[in-house]
Amino acid sequence: MYDIIIVGAGPAGLTAAIYARRASKTVLVLEAMTYGGQIINTPDIENYPAAAHISGLDFANKIYEQATALGAEIVFEKVTEIKDGAEKTVVTPDNTYTAKAVIIATGSENRKLGVEGEEQLVGRGISYCATCDGAFYRKKTVAVVGGGNTALEDALYLSDLAETVYLIHRRDAFRGDEATVNALKQRSNVKFIYNSTVTKLNADKRLTSIEVTDRNTGEVSTIELNGLFVAVGRIPENQNFAQLIRLDDSGYIEAGEDCLTNVPGIFAAGDNRVKSVRQLVTAAADGAVAATAAIKYISE
Amino acid sequence: MSVIQITKENFESEVLKSDKPVVADFNAEWCGPCQMLKPVIEGLADEHPEVKFVSINIDDEDDIAYDYNVSSIPCLVLFKGGKEASRSVGFKPKPEIVKFIGG
Repeated sequence: MYDIIIVGAGPAGLTAAIYARRASKTVLVLEAMTYGGQIINTPDIENYPAAAHISGLDFANKIYEQATALGAEIVFEKVTEIKDGAEKTVVTPDNTYTAKAVIIATGSENRKLGVEGEEQLVGRGISYCATCDGAFYRKKTVAVVGGGNTALEDALYLSDLAETVYLIHRRDAFRGDEATVNALKQRSNVKFIYNSTVTKLNADKRLTSIEVTDRNTGEVSTIELNGLFVAVGRIPENQNFAQLIRLDDSGYIEAGEDCLTNVPGIFAAGDNRVKSVRQLVTAAADGAVAATAAIKYISE
Repeated sequence: MSVIQITKENFESEVLKSDKPVVADFNAEWCGPCQMLKPVIEGLADEHPEVKFVSINIDDEDDIAYDYNVSSIPCLVLFKGGKEASRSVGFKPKPEIVKFIGG
């Protein structure tokens, strides 16, 4: 049995591991994909204190090295269930582990458009990461779907590479930063399509065009393009814990800044809990808070 | 077996005319998930001598990436008898890549 099992090896989970190991607790971190979380897609981080510039990959490697050098054990298995009891049980497809306390730091994943054929076209014209895949669309035509900051920043980034960027939003005004909206309006190659949703994907080996439906008039128009960047938000990866842990309507764990869930001894840290600011530095802060709370819980 | 670096000069001989199935790892230096995948692929190359593992840098070999409609990386393309049998996009943990090779 471990003192603390941490589910997820992103910045929140690995920070929790660092704090727990420094308090001499035994720590197992379970990760479904790779350590680092979504930050590994970011080419340059400029808002982390004391690191004016660092790539997401370097950041992930440094925090991984720090946690493992302190003695945290990291195993690459996806957690499918957590059970409460005198001790907590954490289940993966291959193993069952037990711990005195559990920290859930699973983060979030990209929300899909939900249009038929989307999954088959990922990597064949559909992308969820403009900074990762923008380079494939130099001098090509692309569209960005969404109305938040990610969509706006993606459109701005792509407007430097692509010939034409369509920005498709289902409302008539953007939720994101006004400064970015204004910057986009200055770009002659950015075309705005308001009150519209993507309703069909046409492909021949790869994406060739999309159909867009106007929500007010019902009018359908076809846009020929090479790439479609989907930026319609993220969904927390808490589905496997919904039986035990209380979630809000959007699926986020109902835990405050103290990282406490409805189950004593189970804590939530990072992007998967209800919070207003989801940043690297707030994920790391959650890791410290959750680990400290877990250590206190074990000692009581 | 080590991972073979592919250019347009050796693509045909190493990939299309390979006797063994080939897993082509399309990647780039600036791509974080690609760098995460690299040690996983190197480990698999050691453990699975029945499969040939090759690496294709999409910045240097953009023609190959274009020909095979690769537009997101990391992207693994499995070639059998010179033809694409299947592909996997995005970082995947090792057990899933083992299944991908087998399937």
